[in-house]
Amino acid sequence: MSAALLHLALAPVEQDHLLQARQMQALSFAVHIPLVAFGTAFPAMVLFAEWLHHRTGDPVLLTVARRWTRIMVALFAVGVITGTILSFEMGLLWPNFMATYGGVFGLGFAIEGFSFFLEAIFLAIYVYGWERLSPRMHMLSAVPVIITGFTGSFMVIAVNAWMNHPTGFTMTAGKVVEVEPWRALFANPYFWHEIVHMYVAGYIVCGFVLAAAYAVGRLRGRWGRYERAAFAIPLAIAALASPVQVLVGDWAGREVARMQPTKLAALEGLGETETGAPVHIGGWYQDGAVKYGIPIPRALSLLAFHNPNARVRGLDAVAPQDRPPVNVTRYAFQTMVGIGTLLALLGGWVAVVRVRRGRLPETPWFFRAVVLAGPLAVVALIAGWVTTEVGRQPWVVYGYMRTEAAVTGAGGIPVGYGALAAAYALVAVGVVWILRRLAARPLEVEA
Amino acid sequence: MSLADVPLLFVLAGLVFYIVLAGPDFGAAIWQLTARRDGRGDRLRDLGHEAMAPVWEANHVWLIFVLTVLWTAYPVAFGSIASTLSVPLFLAGLGIVVRGAAYALRAGTTGVGEARRIDMASALSSVLTPFALGAALGGIVSGRVPVGNAAGSLVTSWLNPTSVLTGLLAVVTSAYLAAVFLSADAVRMGDDDLAAPMRRRALGAGLVAGALSAAGLLVLREDAYPVFDGLVHGAGLPALMASAVAGVATLGLVVARRYEPARYTAAAAVAAIVAGWALAQQPELLPGLTIDDAAAPRATLVAVTIAVLGGGAIVFPSLVLLFRLTLGGTLRGGGAGAAEAVAPGPRALLGASRHGLLVRAAGACLIAGFGLLTVLDAGWAHALGVAVLLGFVLLGFLALLPAELWER
Ligand code: HDD
Ligand code: HEM
Ligand code: HEM
Repeated sequence: MSAALLHLALAPVEQDHLLQARQMQALSFAVHIPLVAFGTAFPAMVLFAEWLHHRTGDPVLLTVARRWTRIMVALFAVGVITGTILSFEMGLLWPNFMATYGGVFGLGFAIEGFSFFLEAIFLAIYVYGWERLSPRMHMLSAVPVIITGFTGSFMVIAVNAWMNHPTGFTMTAGKVVEVEPWRALFANPYFWHEIVHMYVAGYIVCGFVLAAAYAVGRLRGRWGRYERAAFAIPLAIAALASPVQVLVGDWAGREVARMQPTKLAALEGLGETETGAPVHIGGWYQDGAVKYGIPIPRALSLLAFHNPNARVRGLDAVAPQDRPPVNVTRYAFQTMVGIGTLLALLGGWVAVVRVRRGRLPETPWFFRAVVLAGPLAVVALIAGWVTTEVGRQPWVVYGYMRTEAAVTGAGGIPVGYGALAAAYALVAVGVVWILRRLAARPLEVEA
Repeated sequence: MSLADVPLLFVLAGLVFYIVLAGPDFGAAIWQLTARRDGRGDRLRDLGHEAMAPVWEANHVWLIFVLTVLWTAYPVAFGSIASTLSVPLFLAGLGIVVRGAAYALRAGTTGVGEARRIDMASALSSVLTPFALGAALGGIVSGRVPVGNAAGSLVTSWLNPTSVLTGLLAVVTSAYLAAVFLSADAVRMGDDDLAAPMRRRALGAGLVAGALSAAGLLVLREDAYPVFDGLVHGAGLPALMASAVAGVATLGLVVARRYEPARYTAAAAVAAIVAGWALAQQPELLPGLTIDDAAAPRATLVAVTIAVLGGGAIVFPSLVLLFRLTLGGTLRGGGAGAAEAVAPGPRALLGASRHGLLVRAAGACLIAGFGLLTVLDAGWAHALGVAVLLGFVLLGFLALLPAELWER
């Protein structure tokens, strides 16, 4: 059988439940991705607490590191299973995407597999070696975990960047030829802003969620030395990462403007190509324009192209069936940017008070703000991905393969979707339960 | 053999590692179901948990490895398999979710009641997962996965004589391997009184596995004749015999209470039968689809080969380290206690003047980062900008931490 025939063999099929397939994919990501934020950022924080304990001899820091280790290992396990579901779904939901392009981008996942091996191995050594390894060996075993948290994200985002900006292959008569997998994945100009933005997001989410948990405790009157230390470390990281994220996000926006002008037009609800295009805050996109939004004249041209009079391509530049759903994309984007701005302001507040007064803020309003910042950071993370992924529609491989051409021909997607949602609901209950259990353990146990 | 076959060797090797390493993980959970509700039964359950907790995640990655190499190197075959066999694969995924969640949750249990309930859920999912994966394999073995997007039957592709056989065999093999490994672990951990019941289970499961394998040949003859033919008359025969010999040797070693070498003969039996299947079925991957036709373009095959060899060079020594630490008793689930502190005594790491310096340096980094990343447009400026902003976070972090943390 020739390769051309093979391509036809997995030709597009009728799938009545494309929408459910997409929702199932989105649900699985939305569950995986916050856990992954902990997988990338938590090990560094735990290691820092342990290191500081060894520097200062402060037993409270050892308690912090040991209690965090328990949380980390539980979340890691859930990250592993949700990631496994994602790997299955690539084939279960989008077999034609894999069959056509697996040879181009699959390498990224294959390398990621090795990264997972190392992460799992050294995490086990770190977690189960507390009692029996020397402090130096023990701390050393955390280093590969931190590095592989980065490389794992690196590989998978290389794949995502490739889907958004496919390179490294040629299409001839509907068939992929002349594949250059290394170039496709690692010489892709779309990649850098995504990995940096995601990695910083990991620290923001992990930092604010942890800090929020201790801020709740503070508002309920739990504020010993342990709580103060366990609050300060994640808060300090997240407070600094948030202003950085605004700069990185702005960079991401400019890259999108350059490489995916249609997505940018959807983010901003720009129906028609304009010079000196404005930004709208709020409002609703309808009939080719944003209604009831607050306009900021020329801001879009300035932000996207550093020139207030620049010409910005609108949605009208492509045929209607090639446009992404504008309101979902745009609201996800506005949510992320709004939250990102608030988090950066919160971070600035922390920094100013610390530098001026030599201590962290102490008013109840500050702690209430931190309590909110935790969930908001998670929302921003998911909203950001919705921006990227829905803004990529209707393409699964931008400009090459439509999502409806990628989907499986198998029936039963709604059943699978329901079963997965039920399973994840149970897992969520379980995670809440275990976190409360771990938090309720008396402190003396390990101090 | 050509370049197109090389990734398939990786896939098969990964499959063997998955069966031999992750199989016992499922099997250990299955045995927890058989433990009595008394003190010793609880210890038996704890043994299954503690022996596996440090290694299950690494063992599990073999499955990810198999999937990713398969979809990179043989994309059309992968797409066909995943769509036609979507039901058993999805069931396996759900089983893995429950099994992994059980690991996460068991750490928080207080009292045996909760642990028992969690063990029950993980035991049921540990029957489901190997069965579903085995049944999926059976669909491939018996040629029920045609090329195409869900072109085969969603039901009979995995509910057929061969699939039921391979599914059962996967469950029993998992239980058998687990019993052998746990016997060894019980001895190693000094729980000698647990070794005897584990040994009885190992012998029982081993006999069942042997009987199933023999019966399996008959099923294959009726239901999957090409593979049967390859196994008993063709290239697969030596492998089939090697597997039988290794299987009998394993039983003998368990009888003689030599559990450590039994681990390796058991693994050899699995490896031999997988090799036999591959030899019997080649050169076809799926009906009408040869390995050469299924393979991705050459550049991809080269890249995968380089990646796997390079990755393996790093991962294998690390895996050996993990297993040596685990088997040597350095790593063990549960337990509490504290690492020795190497306290250098009280010292204030950050004096007031250093603090001011840190703040100023961090501020400078932030401004430089803004200029490089936001104002300038060149790629090099963006790279530098990201690095400088990283510096801002690191310096700022040291400056922002409350002074009380640095004291003592
Ligand atoms: C804590 C999370 C978080 C926060 C506070 C922000 N972002 Fe974000 N954003 C993400 C988390 C995120 C992400 C990790 O979810 C995404 C999805 C894909 C990616 O690379 O990062 C993302 C994507 C993303 C994209 C689309 C990139 C693409 O499609 O390739 C843009 C344009 C921005 N962001 C812009 C911003 C701006 C201007 C922000 C601040 C004001 C901002 N983000 C704050
Ligand atoms: C932005 C996207 C993603 C990032 C940053 C990311 C990162 C990570 C990280 C750091 C882990 C380690 C486990 C943990 O920390 O909880 C993990 C686990 C995992 N991820 Fe993701 N991931 C992403 C998306 C995906 C996708 C798209 C897939 C598959 C299609 C996937 C498959 C997996 C698998 C299989 C695991 C488990 C690995 C194991 O067995 O140890 N992930 N991911
Ligand atoms: C980095 C690795 C990622 C990869 C390789 C990836 C891949 C995919 C694929 C194959 C689809 C289905 C086809 C399509 O709808 O275009 C999809 C859809 C989707 N993904 Fe991602 N994704 C990644 C990260 C994420 C994350 C972290 C989220 C977070 C929520 C996310 C959200 C979505 C959503 C919402 C859809 C559905 C879009 C729609 O149909 O409108 N993705 N993604």
